Amino acid sequence: MTELIWWVCAALAVGGGLGTILSRNPVSSLLFLILTFFNLAAIYVLLGAHFIAAIQVIVYAGAIMVLFLFVIMLLNLGHAYQPDLRRFGWVVAAFVTAGVGGYLVARAFTGAEEIALAPAGVAIDRAVAEQNAVGAIAFPLFREFLVPFEITSVLLLVAIVGAVLLAKRRV
Amino acid sequence: MLMNSLILAAILFSLGVAGVVMRRNAIILFMCIELMLNAANLAFIALSRAVGIEGQVFVFFVMTVAAAEAAVGLAIIISVFRLAETVDTKHFNLLRW
Repeated sequence: MTELIWWVCAALAVGGGLGTILSRNPVSSLLFLILTFFNLAAIYVLLGAHFIAAIQVIVYAGAIMVLFLFVIMLLNLGHAYQPDLRRFGWVVAAFVTAGVGGYLVARAFTGAEEIALAPAGVAIDRAVAEQNAVGAIAFPLFREFLVPFEITSVLLLVAIVGAVLLAKRRV
Repeated sequence: MLMNSLILAAILFSLGVAGVVMRRNAIILFMCIELMLNAANLAFIALSRAVGIEGQVFVFFVMTVAAAEAAVGLAIIISVFRLAETVDTKHFNLLRW
């Protein structure tokens, strides 16, 4: 059953990705991307990452994509249908490059069948059962990764200041 | 399911690369970059089944960086739009040789 759900979500995610890069209207492109993000969240749940799935829906599909939509509508780009695809040769080159790259990466991964049987997944499931979905990720985050976590707050501050400074009319 | 997730991540990353190469709309380029970041996140989560919970912590950080990148990038797009009246990268040729 979970395999079936995985395949449906994966197919929808790939379809959303194709729609993102092929649809002419930026708004429909964005909506396809949100479809991809929701399906990725479902796949995260299937892989046992419940907290990350919730963050994916709230932060990515909720906040970042609304920011994109806000900018598209602020710049009044939603009805600009002039084609922005590059010439045909570029499109063919893009798909050939992406296909070869994807094939090489996938082939590199298929040699790693045995890591699927590693005990870490069982350990994660036990941590989720004992400490809930949030605790399982919060304990390592605040114990081993405390310094990166604090540096992240500085990064966000820099991003806020930079965004305000760039988007302001007169510096 | 782990191997399939890694292959799905490779496919999504390739789609993002193809989008960045073949589109010219700067906002859609940003969306394709987000797609690539999400493919990397999926690879992290899939491998966290094999390696440990650290993969999920890393995804947390990647999402923070993605949020900061989106905010700054969209601010740059707005300020470029004010200069060039378009988001088509064909017209961003001030620094192009």
